[in-house]
Amino acid sequence: MSIGTVFKRLMAERLAFFSFIFLMVLVIISIIAPFIVPYDPIEQDLMKVMASPSAQHWLGTDELGRDIFSRLLMGTKSAIQAGLFAILIPLCIGVPMGILSGYLGGVVDDIFMRIVDGIIAIPAILLALGITGALGISLWNAMIAIGIVFTPQFARLARGQTLQIRSEPYVEAAKISGAGAGWIMLKHIIPNIAPPIVVQASFNLSFAILVEASLSFLGMGAQSPQISWGNMIQQAYSMINMNAWMIVYPGLAIILTVLAGNFLGDGLRLALDPKYRKT
Amino acid sequence: MKQQPLVSLKDIKKHFPVGSGLFGKKNHFVKAVDGVSLDIYPGETVGLVGESGCGKSTTGRMVVGLSDPTGGEIYFEGKKLNEYKAKKSLGKNLQMIFQDPYSSLNPRMTVADIIAEPLVLHKVGTASERRKRVDELLERVGLASYHGNRYPIEFSGGQRQRLGIARALALQPKLIVCDEPVSALDVSIQAQILNLLKEIQNDMGLSYLFIAHGIQAVKHISDKIAVMYLGKIIEFANKEELFENPRHPYTKALLSAVPHPDPKMRNRERIILTGDLPSPANPPAGCSFHTRCPVAMEQCKRIDPNLLPTSKQSLTACLLFEDKVAN
Repeated sequence: MSIGTVFKRLMAERLAFFSFIFLMVLVIISIIAPFIVPYDPIEQDLMKVMASPSAQHWLGTDELGRDIFSRLLMGTKSAIQAGLFAILIPLCIGVPMGILSGYLGGVVDDIFMRIVDGIIAIPAILLALGITGALGISLWNAMIAIGIVFTPQFARLARGQTLQIRSEPYVEAAKISGAGAGWIMLKHIIPNIAPPIVVQASFNLSFAILVEASLSFLGMGAQSPQISWGNMIQQAYSMINMNAWMIVYPGLAIILTVLAGNFLGDGLRLALDPKYRKT
Repeated sequence: MKQQPLVSLKDIKKHFPVGSGLFGKKNHFVKAVDGVSLDIYPGETVGLVGESGCGKSTTGRMVVGLSDPTGGEIYFEGKKLNEYKAKKSLGKNLQMIFQDPYSSLNPRMTVADIIAEPLVLHKVGTASERRKRVDELLERVGLASYHGNRYPIEFSGGQRQRLGIARALALQPKLIVCDEPVSALDVSIQAQILNLLKEIQNDMGLSYLFIAHGIQAVKHISDKIAVMYLGKIIEFANKEELFENPRHPYTKALLSAVPHPDPKMRNRERIILTGDLPSPANPPAGCSFHTRCPVAMEQCKRIDPNLLPTSKQSLTACLLFEDKVAN
């Protein structure tokens, strides 16, 4: 099954198609945001504080008179960066750990899995808070923290899948022909465990955006003047008695992105299934 | 001069530890294979039959080096199997065809990549030479070269089994272990695959160790048949001899279970075994078959019979015959 076929199947699922388009638009916005924002997102205009939506300010302004639409566009960058970087860490560390654990077994398996168990034993947000606390507060460190939080899931998934694949007869056939561990992992295990990992990654992409927003809301992520949907919510939250609308825009942005990530994951799961039937 | 066997199993054993005692000492074993000796000569097919769990597949896996025996030794052309494994030349001599035609082919590799894999691993030829060889192999097993660019999912069970055969043939091995290669296929396809294996044997002069659970399945293709029960061979004989004059009570029972095409023969005496197959973790003392044997004697509970010649063409492990041999 080629990548082309998978893509075609994915695009045939309506929800997955729209989610994919939506996320692609977000990715593009995250790159070009600085060039398309109508106002400087950190420029204050104290004459126009908490203005209602208008032709000049599409989504109104915040308590310091900054254009909310511009801030929302700039916040996309934090969200997409956090999402991508936070799944890159478990893909580069967790997945190889899981494959080695599952394929080699024995002491390697024991050591890796006990590390993973240790990480899992700590609640995710608490662990992320601890890591950002230790590394210093910044968006990058928050992303590293989220990546570490995700690592156990990917390691376990990769290990479980590897355990299943390594005893398949086609792996045994390769062993009879003299294939070593490297060949088997590269040619047989990785291509066959990739689909569930890709699906997991797309779910975690949206979860990472959510956690990044949570950390920024708690003040452990993006720091002003850096803009993130999370700290936009935090600022709006403190003004909720005066203008309840401000909190809706970043909230909506987070909800839509998380939903899109989940729908894309569902679509990928179907598209990657060899027994796929168009429903 | 006596011909040298191609493969020789000398009292091989495979005991799997189960559970462990205090201080991590392994104290209990499942005796999956418990002292199997067998010679396979060049160009012949040996059928290995027995019930599920009797150790026949484990024996086959040890022959191709997928599993190491815990006792005894396997020789290939007079040299220990481990020497081939160390030199990575095992795959050039021994190959395997698997039971399940679905899980034996990597779903994410093209057919050409699957068949060429043994060639790549043994660094045979250039990419274009290998592709030529793949085309030859595809034609040899009754497929066409254009099938090479497809994925396994596009093939039927019978076609997939042909692909498995093509892969096993790639390095021109001298012995192929066939682990129930037709039991997952439709009856009509089974005959095609068996005929193909036979044709290939005639062309290339290779040997087969043909594993099956029914005695009828190996009748067509085998020259000799070994019957296994609870990790041991209880009868080993030429095909004709075994079918015409089965000696061991277990073999007799197996043969009487084969449906007869002649309706007049339907009323023939059937030997129906009672009781379950004993667990190989806790095999009965004495002859392992005595718990189900219709003609068991008192001493069968104590004495484990040896596999001894009962004619020029056959070996049997049963106390009924041990006396006759002694006399």
